[in-house]
Amino acid sequence: MSRLDRQPPWPRRIGRGLLGLLAVGFLSVFLLLPLAVVFVEALRQGVHAYLSSIGQHEALAAIRLTLLVAVISVPLNVLFGVAAAWLMARFEFRGKALLGAFIDLPFSVSPVISGLVYVLLFGAQGWFGPWLGAHDIKIIFAVPGLVLATIFITLPFVARELIPLMQSQGSDEEEAARVLGAGGWQMFFRVTLPNIRWALLYGVLLCNARAMGEFGAVSVVSGHIRGLTTTMPLEVEMRYNEYDYVGAFAVATLLALLALLTLAIKTLLEWRYGDEIAAHAPGGH
Amino acid sequence: MRRRILPGFGLSLGYALTYLGLIVLLPLAALAWKASGIGIGGMLHLLGSPRTLAALRLSFAGAMLAAVINAGFGLLVAWVLVRYRFPGRRLFDALVDLPFALPTAVAGIALTALYAPNGWLGRWLTPWGIQIAYAPPGVILAMVFVGFPFVVRTLQPVLASLDRDVEEAAESLGASHLQTFFRVILPVLVPTLLTGFALALARAVGEYGSVIFIAGNIPMRSEIAPLLIVEKLEEFDYAGAAALGMVMLLASFALLILISRLQRWSGRWAELQR
Repeated sequence: MSRLDRQPPWPRRIGRGLLGLLAVGFLSVFLLLPLAVVFVEALRQGVHAYLSSIGQHEALAAIRLTLLVAVISVPLNVLFGVAAAWLMARFEFRGKALLGAFIDLPFSVSPVISGLVYVLLFGAQGWFGPWLGAHDIKIIFAVPGLVLATIFITLPFVARELIPLMQSQGSDEEEAARVLGAGGWQMFFRVTLPNIRWALLYGVLLCNARAMGEFGAVSVVSGHIRGLTTTMPLEVEMRYNEYDYVGAFAVATLLALLALLTLAIKTLLEWRYGDEIAAHAPGGH
Repeated sequence: MRRRILPGFGLSLGYALTYLGLIVLLPLAALAWKASGIGIGGMLHLLGSPRTLAALRLSFAGAMLAAVINAGFGLLVAWVLVRYRFPGRRLFDALVDLPFALPTAVAGIALTALYAPNGWLGRWLTPWGIQIAYAPPGVILAMVFVGFPFVVRTLQPVLASLDRDVEEAAESLGASHLQTFFRVILPVLVPTLLTGFALALARAVGEYGSVIFIAGNIPMRSEIAPLLIVEKLEEFDYAGAAALGMVMLLASFALLILISRLQRWSGRWAELQR
């Protein structure tokens, strides 16, 4: 604390107190209350109703589908994120800034557009629609469409975490490994990967949270076929629109718990390995 | 250029380009192609329709207003979190990221449950004639919610690195507390605050999930542009959806360029402070 804080005159103290109260009050009403309302509304008709609406067949199918989509899309984006970070942080080449802009692009595009582009590509009237139809392959209103839209939405997360970190770390250790005779993959697994592991985990965490929680993009490509193409957020929407509020909030609690778990691990990683995650662009996720 | 000692340039370049090409560029090309299909006349007709105009106005003006509100509250919260020590501070600090982590559909139904006319907060507001849910204020509220972390997280590191000696100098020279804030602290924060503002704005313009539940989606009144795209798709008006999508996409591009300019500006500004 600075000297200024030691003995503030009383008007200043009151001012500070009011400002603090205002901020804490805002955070409580604006962030805590929506979180609380999810759990209270879900348990409105008791624990039994809550559990039985989570145990329903469609809810379980939605949970399975959400996990499936995340299990496919997150690893693919991890591979891409590591490759893109290696490229962006270790080499200079023409068009690098443009490539960086395209990596960031999915963050600033409306989720609806992320779904729309795949409908225009693979939908019945899309570029590949007739060909896909002739070969009886379904992408839109089916699981592949959900996976593609999710990959698009979560594409930047891992790369965004790794690029600034690897840039600030520099390549001295990797060059040393090479000079000492390490092969490319040896260098990668023994030097690069250990240096970025916590940032990688951090990126995977955020990527996964978004992949499981994405709504807009998957909503456009899903077709809302119960039990087949509804992920958990879509199941929340459908139940809500059918006035099954307890059911909607029950599924929502699972997603809220996922969000809280993500925040807890994220905060833990920041406290414990802050320096090794470091340098991630403010507000970049 | 010296010979590259590090391996994997070809592999990572090839992989990244292929992946980006298939996942991002090819679909965007399909969007541009489909959008161009309706021609200039069709585009003008689409953009000139009152319903489209109202939706675009709500998405952009609403996002603008939400970003202004976020700049104010974000500055307040960032200030208190950086400068004050109070029990639970770290918890509140972690909580700031909640809108990033909470799926938008969950945020949407939770906000609706709070602000609907019979909701937790809505029932106290309705007697005063204040309607939030199912009206434009609800749209803006949801936009404030999703954009909130951007301003706080952008400001925090800059606030933490501010040199307090300057403030003390100002006060010892007789400046009041408010004068110090507006004349000494705020000018330094302007580029960062604008960056956070633009990030929140970009997020809010395209926001869909958290808005559609609370908005009520009344055409001409509380219908946002992304929802209009979805509705056009459901009516099989693919060209219309693509054209409207293209307009939104171009707006996002413009914001993206603005944000990177602002980030460079605030980066240079931070250098100058040292």
